[in-house]
Amino acid sequence: MQSKLSILIGCGLLLANVAAGGQAKAGAGKISDGIVKVGVITDLSGLYSDLSGQGSIIAAQMAVNEFGGKVLGAPIQIVSADHQNKADIAANKARQWFDTQQVDVIVDGVNSAAGLAVSKVANEKHRIFIDSGAGSTRFTNEDCNPYTIHYAYDTYATGSVTGKAVVQHGGTTWFFITADYAFGKSLQQDTTTAINGVGGKVLGSVLAPLNAPDFSSYLLQAQGSGAKVIGLANAGGDTINSIKAASEFGINKKQTLAGLLVFITDIHALGLQVTQGMYVADGFYWDLNDATRKFGKAFMAKANKMPTMVQAAVYSSTLEYLRAVQAAGTDDADTVMRKLKEMTLNDAFVKNGKIRADGRMVHDFYLFQVKSPGESKGDWDFYKLVATVPGDQAFQPLSASRCPMIKK
Amino acid sequence: MSEVFGIPLPALLGQLMLGLVNGCFYAMLSLGLAIIFGMLNIINFAHGALYMMGAVFTWIALAQFGIGYWWSLLLVPLVIALFGVMVERTMLRRLYKLDNLYGLLLTFGIALVTEGLFRHRYGVSGLPYSIPEAFSGTFNLGFMFLPKYRAWVIAASLLTCFTTWFVVERTQLGAYLRAATENPQLVQTFGINVPAMITITYAVGVGLAGLAGVLAAPATQISPLMGTNLIIVVFAVVVIGGMGSILGSIVTGLGLGLIEGLTKVFYSQASNSVVFLIMALVLLVRPAGLFGRER
Repeated sequence: MQSKLSILIGCGLLLANVAAGGQAKAGAGKISDGIVKVGVITDLSGLYSDLSGQGSIIAAQMAVNEFGGKVLGAPIQIVSADHQNKADIAANKARQWFDTQQVDVIVDGVNSAAGLAVSKVANEKHRIFIDSGAGSTRFTNEDCNPYTIHYAYDTYATGSVTGKAVVQHGGTTWFFITADYAFGKSLQQDTTTAINGVGGKVLGSVLAPLNAPDFSSYLLQAQGSGAKVIGLANAGGDTINSIKAASEFGINKKQTLAGLLVFITDIHALGLQVTQGMYVADGFYWDLNDATRKFGKAFMAKANKMPTMVQAAVYSSTLEYLRAVQAAGTDDADTVMRKLKEMTLNDAFVKNGKIRADGRMVHDFYLFQVKSPGESKGDWDFYKLVATVPGDQAFQPLSASRCPMIKK
Repeated sequence: MSEVFGIPLPALLGQLMLGLVNGCFYAMLSLGLAIIFGMLNIINFAHGALYMMGAVFTWIALAQFGIGYWWSLLLVPLVIALFGVMVERTMLRRLYKLDNLYGLLLTFGIALVTEGLFRHRYGVSGLPYSIPEAFSGTFNLGFMFLPKYRAWVIAASLLTCFTTWFVVERTQLGAYLRAATENPQLVQTFGINVPAMITITYAVGVGLAGLAGVLAAPATQISPLMGTNLIIVVFAVVVIGGMGSILGSIVTGLGLGLIEGLTKVFYSQASNSVVFLIMALVLLVRPAGLFGRER
C-alpha cells in the first residue's frame, strides 16, 4: 500500500515537473536557471597565455560590465578554466560546465585541438560556443556544426591577406619556413593559393620542427633561395625566434619577412628594432579608430598591455552574445543562435560583421607594416595600416566551404 | 661551383658553421651536467631552468639595473652559482645516500617550480635583448656572413670548455676532485674537505649553465621555456658522450651540433630527432657512451 502510494506521488511530481518545464520553455523572456553564465576556456599558463589567457577573461568581464552586469533582469557571471592546451581537458571542462554548472556560452577556445574538442561538446549538448582563439579552418569546414561560431580569424584569412597584399606591393617571389605539423602546412597551402592567384611565385620551402631552438639554418636556406619574401608559416615562439635570427644575420635588410600569424604581443616581445618593415595580417589593432582606441586604453588600464585580436574578439563575442540574448528575450541556445546569425555586429572589434550559415563571422581584415623605432611614438605604437581587406575577400568564400550544413 | 650531394659547398659550410654554434651551447651545458654527475652522482634536471635563469637575469640586469652585457657575463654566472650553493646546502645534500632517482626528482621539481614562477612573472612571449655594440655586424667568411656575435659565442665557449677540462684533468685541484669522486672517504682522511669540494663543484656546474644563458641571451629570444626545449637534447649529449665524462661531453656536444646542422640541410624534418637516433645506436654498441667507462 505504502509503495503504491509513493509511486503515485512520484508520478504526480514527475507530471508537475514536465508541465513546469514546458511552461519555462513557452514563456518568452525567461532565463534558464535565473542566471546567464559565460565560460572562458583558454590557456592560462602555456605558450598561448600571452595572446589569450588572463587577458581574455578581462576582456569578457569588460563586455559584461558594459552590459551593466544583467541581461533581461538576470545576473551575468563569468567563469574561466585553463585547458592546458589539452583537448581532453577542454572537452571535459566544457561538458562539466554545460551539464552541472548552467554555463550558457563558451568563448575563446584558443588552440585548435582544444577548440575543436569544445565545439563537438557544444554540438552534443546544444549549447553555444564562440571560438576566437583558434586558427584552424576546420571549424567552418569539415567540423562545422549549428552551435559553433568561428569569430576572429583563421589560417585562410591571415595567409591569404598577407599573401595577396605582399605580392601586390612587389613581393613577387616567396620562400616558406614552415612549422612541421598540420597547422604550418595548411597555412603554407592557403598562402600559396593566394600568391599564385595574384601572379606571385613560390620558389621553395623548408619544414622546421616545432619549437626548434635555432632558426638560423632555415633562414640561411631562405637567403640562398633568392626569394624577395620569406613567409613564416609558424606561430608563437617559432615565429619570434625566426624573426630574431633574421635580424641577426641581416637577412631582413635584403629580403622582407612576412609573418603569416603574428600577434601584437609577439611584436612587443621582439621590439621594433628587430621587426621593423615586416608585413603582418591582423583582424584588430588598438589604434585604428576612436572605438578601438577607447577599448584598447580601457583594456590597458586593467591588463597592463594592449589587447590582441583574440582578446578583443572575446570581448566582442561576449557582448554580441548578450545583445542577442536581450533581443531574443531568452537564453535558449537555438533561439539565440538564430538571432546572432540575423544580427549585424557592431562594436569596438567588428564593423558590420555577419555570421554566415557555416558559422564563420565575416569581418574586415587588415594588412599592417611594422613601424621603425623612429616612426613609433611610444610603447604599443607598432603598426602602419597598409590595406583594409573586406571580409568577403579575406575569408574563404561560402561557395568553397566543405561544411556539410551548406547545401549546394 | 662545387657541390656535395647536390648542395652547393658554400651553403654546406655555412650550415656546418651554424651547427658548430649550436654545438657550443650543447657542449657548455652538457659539460656542467657531466661535472655534476661525475662528482655528485646527481642527474641535474634543473640545468635547463638554470640556463633560462641565466638569460632572464641578464635581461633583468640591463632592464632594471642598467648593468650591461660584459658585467652580466661575470656577475650572472656568480649569482646562479650562489643559487646552486643554496640548493646544494639545503636540499641536495640530504639525498646523497639515497638512490640517484631522488636527486633527479628533486631537481626536476626545482626546474618546474622555477619555470612556473618566471612564466607567471614574465609571460611566455619572451623578452628582447639586443646584441652588444661591439658585436653588431657580420664577418664575411667567403662562403657566408657570420654574425660577429656568433663568432664570439664559439670563441667564448671553446675557451670555457678548455679551461674546465684543464682544471679538472691537469691541476692539483682537479686531481683532488677526481680522487674524491673515486673514493670520498679515503680523500677525506687525507684532510681534504670533501663536502666543501662537492658544494663548489655543484656551484661551478650550474655556473656554467648560467654562463651559457648569458651567451644565449642576445642570440635567442629569452623565454621561461627556453631551457625546456634544450635540456632533453643536452641529456642525450651527455649519454652519448658517457655519463660524467668531461672530454666526452665537449666533443659530443660539438660533434652533434655539426651533425644536426647537416641534417637541417638534407632532411630538416629529422633535425630534432637525429640526436636521439644516434643516442640509441651508441647505447646499443657502447652502453657506457663513447667516452664513458664501465663501472
